[in-house]
Amino acid sequence: MSDNNKMTIIATKGTFDWAYPPFIIASTGVAMDKEVTIFFTFYGLNLLLKDISKLKVTPLGNPGMPMKMPFGPKWLQAIDFGPKIPNVLWSIPFADTLVTFLMKKTMAKHGVAKLEDLRSICQEFGVKFIACEMTIELFGYDKSDFIDGVEFAGAATYFEEASTGNHHLYM
Amino acid sequence: MADETLDASGLNCPLPILKTKKALSKMDTGKILDVISTDAGSVKDIEAFCNQTGNKLISTVEDGGKYIFTIEKV
Repeated sequence: MSDNNKMTIIATKGTFDWAYPPFIIASTGVAMDKEVTIFFTFYGLNLLLKDISKLKVTPLGNPGMPMKMPFGPKWLQAIDFGPKIPNVLWSIPFADTLVTFLMKKTMAKHGVAKLEDLRSICQEFGVKFIACEMTIELFGYDKSDFIDGVEFAGAATYFEEASTGNHHLYM
Repeated sequence: MADETLDASGLNCPLPILKTKKALSKMDTGKILDVISTDAGSVKDIEAFCNQTGNKLISTVEDGGKYIFTIEKV
């Protein structure tokens, strides 16, 4: 594969919703004949944990998030509760758990891939996963917390990966 | 007549593309793949996929909310 096909992504977010874009773009990139590397740093490390079933999405401080019910009568599903509910309400315990549950239901209804499955496809497609050593130490992770097939390195390695190709994204 | 058929009905972006890629990679050059999708976004996406990967999109047919793409592996 030629060097021009190289693509890199820096993944920095560790919530359930923001876990999707790096895996979607990386897997699709390989499908489009790109050679893809994802560099996971800071909260993006969450995306490489063996158990990603506990990642959460929060509407707290996120007034842009539409909030529609994935089930119930049609009139109810049509209501966007996002702008209707005072944002401070989302600071109550277990609000994130509830909202994450509803988002997963909505995704299943729309045929959106499970996060675990997208990540597996990325690995099957040969996407290179690099985890940032510095943030692993900083956050007190152990390398055994992460899935197999992850490489551990630092910013200089990212630059080497990104030295060719013209498609480099920060997420 | 297609050599292989991939039913990606009910799946959303990017799954139809990922499954198409997988299906094509198992096929020989010159063979024909039919992809069935209910994702309206795949009309543009399958075309972009074929343009980018060099595979040949022979036809796109819409049939009551279903899209059938016929692709020749190149």
